[in-house]
Formats: sequence, structure tokens, C-alpha cells
Amino acid sequence: MTKSFNLKAWLLLLPALSLLVAFTHWPTLKTLWRSVTWARSDVAPSQFVGLENYQLLMDDPVFWQVIENNFWYAVGTVPTSIALAIAMALWVNGKIRHKGLLRLAYFTPTILPMITVANIWLFFYSPGIGLFDQILGSIGIQGPNWLGDPDTALPSLMAMTIWKEAGFFMIFYLAALQTLSPELYDAARLEGAGPWRIFRRITFPLLMPTTLFVLINALLNAFKLVDHLFILTKGGPNNASNLLLYYIYETAFSFLDSYYAATLTVIMLIALALIALVQILMFDRKIHYR
Amino acid sequence: MLKVNQLTRIYDEKAVVDRLSFEVGDGEFVALLGPSGCGKSTSLKMIAGLETPDAGSIELNGKDITLLAPGKRELAMVFQSYALFPHLSVKENILFGLKARKVNKSDQQKRLNSVVDLVDLGEHLNKKPGQLSGGQCQRVALARAIVSEADLCLMDEPLSNLDAKLRNEMRSEIRALQQRLGMSVIYVTHDQVEAMSMADKIVLMNDGKVEQVGVPNALYNQPETVFTAQFIGSPPMNLLPSNAHWIGVRPEHIEIREGGTAAQVISCDYHGADTIVLAEVKRGDNETATVKLRHPGHALFEAGQGISIFWESTNEHRFPRAS
Repeated sequence: MTKSFNLKAWLLLLPALSLLVAFTHWPTLKTLWRSVTWARSDVAPSQFVGLENYQLLMDDPVFWQVIENNFWYAVGTVPTSIALAIAMALWVNGKIRHKGLLRLAYFTPTILPMITVANIWLFFYSPGIGLFDQILGSIGIQGPNWLGDPDTALPSLMAMTIWKEAGFFMIFYLAALQTLSPELYDAARLEGAGPWRIFRRITFPLLMPTTLFVLINALLNAFKLVDHLFILTKGGPNNASNLLLYYIYETAFSFLDSYYAATLTVIMLIALALIALVQILMFDRKIHYR
Repeated sequence: MLKVNQLTRIYDEKAVVDRLSFEVGDGEFVALLGPSGCGKSTSLKMIAGLETPDAGSIELNGKDITLLAPGKRELAMVFQSYALFPHLSVKENILFGLKARKVNKSDQQKRLNSVVDLVDLGEHLNKKPGQLSGGQCQRVALARAIVSEADLCLMDEPLSNLDAKLRNEMRSEIRALQQRLGMSVIYVTHDQVEAMSMADKIVLMNDGKVEQVGVPNALYNQPETVFTAQFIGSPPMNLLPSNAHWIGVRPEHIEIREGGTAAQVISCDYHGADTIVLAEVKRGDNETATVKLRHPGHALFEAGQGISIFWESTNEHRFPRAS
């Protein structure tokens, strides 16, 4: 019985497993292998070079710049979009009119594809004729060249990302808020707790499981989402807004160096795995799960 | 100490609480009793400040608190679901209100220690509510209410989530605690046994209105309305038509004995100490009525068997019969 049961289990697992192996695990291994090999050209046979590609990476100033950019991109977008998401969720969860419309409004940026969003924001940021410059112009201020200036390019991307992500995270917080018993709040109010104490001592701790989930996703997204770079800056000017994944794409498909791209990819995978691990280890024990 | 005056709450043009008035004295245990949906929980919420009344007033120690924020009323409340904070330890749950009210540390500790002894939670202080049994959660909820040293404690069906045995234990425990601490309590329940056994005074509600207010004994022995007569007591009071009146007789006041009214047994329900006999009697020419009577011991009557039932006329209650 166990044997046929095992067989059945494997058969049931097979479709999902074969997809996972073919499109996730095998390419991962292949990338790992590629990162330690090199070939003179596409037709030449590749040869094992050990950690030479990694040595190259250490000496690559662009690599260090995209790492730094990605760091600031994550630091700038993740906490802000989470804080914004909680604030919006608390608001649309309250007793207000047209709740449904408001929720929809906040969620709209999430429904739109990143490419569409980037095109809309391209108009916002256009020098002179763009929305921001027109608004600033009407009060007599000349706006900067948002996407063209190395100082403002990355922050401009960050603003757009926050706008896009906050609504998405709000949905998770909204769902979590609705599972909290109203009697808990009645009890807290009767005990004399004010709104801030209620948020700090009750709402926020009870939202922690959601926050961990959202935090991991937000950080991963900070590395994974680069669609907008294609439309808005292409990593420029002078790599000022370049991010790791976009740099990998450029290396592989513009510079056609798939070996170095594989090396960069491995670094990114390690970084992402570490981020997830650290967060889970750090927060898991402190969080109250039901 | 608490005066509720003409309190009214309207939902969708229907008064769910309709001109409710009653008073709670110092150290008095008052039960708000009534069937589901009679407005008793809504009344309690209005007293707690969790709902806003549409009319009427609430006065606590001579101060009008009708529109005061819940936290400013100096009330404590025990919720039906306990409403313990699931992420906080028992200790933090109990101390939550004291911290919110900025009571100083040494006072907090003193009050915590004494209340923990009272409800016997010593070994569980650092556990989370999820690790406790229903009865222990109930104690934490009680402790949180007691530690606030509020003038008045509201309890909203606090025992309804416990099993029957635990419910009986907690009933006497709460009552003992209340008397020992001299707490004033408003206790909402739909269970007449709880109200009868615990309360100094019962406010019986029906359909948003007060049906009768009185000590348990008065509600049982001098019911003023048919509703009271039938709601209090189990099995409920028998109602027999008699011209323009209902005649009410409690099942335990009916005896099976020669020389009474002829009746026919319908069924018997054996309860151990006694047997509830359901029988049919003729009233007048073409009216019949069923009565339940409490017969001591084990009685075996066949269905259809003729018996004779008797009750003293002093045990009769009369109610006007609405046509």
C-alpha cells in the first residue's frame, strides 16, 4: 500500500515538479556553473576559470555603483511604502463614506502594469511640459530635469515605486485589519488607551505577521522590479539610476557577456536569500501568530 | 450610583432599546436579563460608551456620562469573547489599563499581585492567552476588570463560552468575588439561572423595553406580565384560559391527587429528582390547554392515562387576557 501510495504522490507532484526543475532549479544550477566558466566567443568552447569572474566583479566600478544604488533604492522605497500602506489601510478600514471607491483608488496603481505606470510617470517627469514642472512653473519655480540629472534620477524612480507599491501592500494590511476583533478595540478604549497607544500596543503588533510578509516582498521587489528603468532612464544618466537586475540585463543582452551576467546573477541570488533569511530569523520569534 | 434614564437606541427606525430606565446601587449586582435580541447588550454598550444613545441619559455617581468617551467613564468591562490581547502575556493584559492610565510602577505591581491572588492566576502570568484554557482566559478578563478598581463593572454574558460545569463554578466564584470586593456590577445574560442565582436585582427586558424590575424572588413569585411569568422558571409557568383572564400556575404547584381537575397524560420526562408530566386539561366547553407539572420522584404514566390534578388557589396568578 505504501509503495503505490508513494507512486501516486510522486505522480501528483510530477507536473509542478517538472516545471519547477525545468524553469527554476536547472537554470539556477546552470547559472552557477556559467559564473565559473568563460569563453572567448559564442562558438568557442567554454572553460573553467574558477573565481576569475568574481575577481572581475570586485574590480568593476559599475557593479559597486549599482549595488549602492540598489541599497539606497531599497532603503528609500521599502519603509516609506510600508508606512504609507499601513496609514492608508487604517484610513480606508475606518468609518468613512465611499470606502469601496477609496480602496479601489488606492489599489489602482497596483492593477496597472509597470510599463504603463512608467509611461504615465514619464509624462509627469518630462522637463518643461511635464505635470510636475507645470505645477512648479505655475508658482514660479523652475523644476529640475527630473530624470536627466544624476542627483534626481534615482529619487524620481523611488517616488514612482512608492506610489506603485503602497497600494498593493495596503491590500494585505486591510485584509489583516479586518481579521482583528472589534471587541479588542472596545476593550482597549474602555481601559483608557488613546488612539496612538492602541496603534502602538495593539494594532501594530498584531499586524507584524503581515509586516514581515510585506517587508520580504518589498525588499525582493526592490531588486526584482526594473521594468520602469526601460522606459524612464535606462539606468542613466551615467549609471546614476542603474539597478542590479537592469545591469544584469544590460550585461547579458546589450554587452552579450552571458558569463559575467551569470556571475552578477549569482551575487543577486545570494543577496536575496540572505535578506529573506535574516528577516525571518530576526522577526519570527518576536511575532505573535494566531 | 448608576442611573439610567429613558435610554433609547434606534436602528433602522426601530427602537432596539426603548426608554430603558433602572438604577444600580453601591455594591449591587444587577442582571440585565432577556431573550436574544431584546436590547440588553446594546444597553450595556451604551453604558460603556461604545454606542451612542439616541435619547436618554446615563448618570454615574451624580455625573452625566451619556456622551463621555469610554476611557473617561472609569468603568471596567468583561466581554463575552474575553477580548484579551492575544500578543500580550497575562501580566501585560492585566496591566494594560493601568499603563494606559499612567499608574505608577509600584502601585501597578501591588494591584497586580493582589488581583492575581484573587483569581488564582499566579503560575500563568507570563503565558499568552492562547496557552490558557477557557476558564483561565475568563479569569484573566476578570482580573483585568478588577485591577482597574473601577466604580462599576460591566459584564456581557461572560460565562456563555464555558462548558456547563465550569459555568456553575465560575458563577459562584464571580458572585463571591463581587461580594467580597463590594463591586457594583451590571451583568448581561439570557440565562435566567445565572440571573436568579447571582443577582441582587433583575431587570428583565423584552423587545427593547423593561418588562419588570425586582429581586429574583419577586420576579418568580409575583410576575407582573405573562412574559415574565413564562420567561422565569423552567419549565415555564402554565397558562390556562379562564374567561377574560389567564390563570398561571407553576409546574411545581400542581399535584396529582384525587378530587382535582381531570386531565389526560400526553408524555412524561424523567429528570432524576422529579418527572415533568405533560397533560391536557379541558377548560370550559370546547377549550383545552396543556399543562406541565413537576411530580417528585419517578412517575410512570402511560400516554392517554387519566389523572386528576390539583393546585391551591393561593398559587394561582392572574393576568388579563389580551383578545
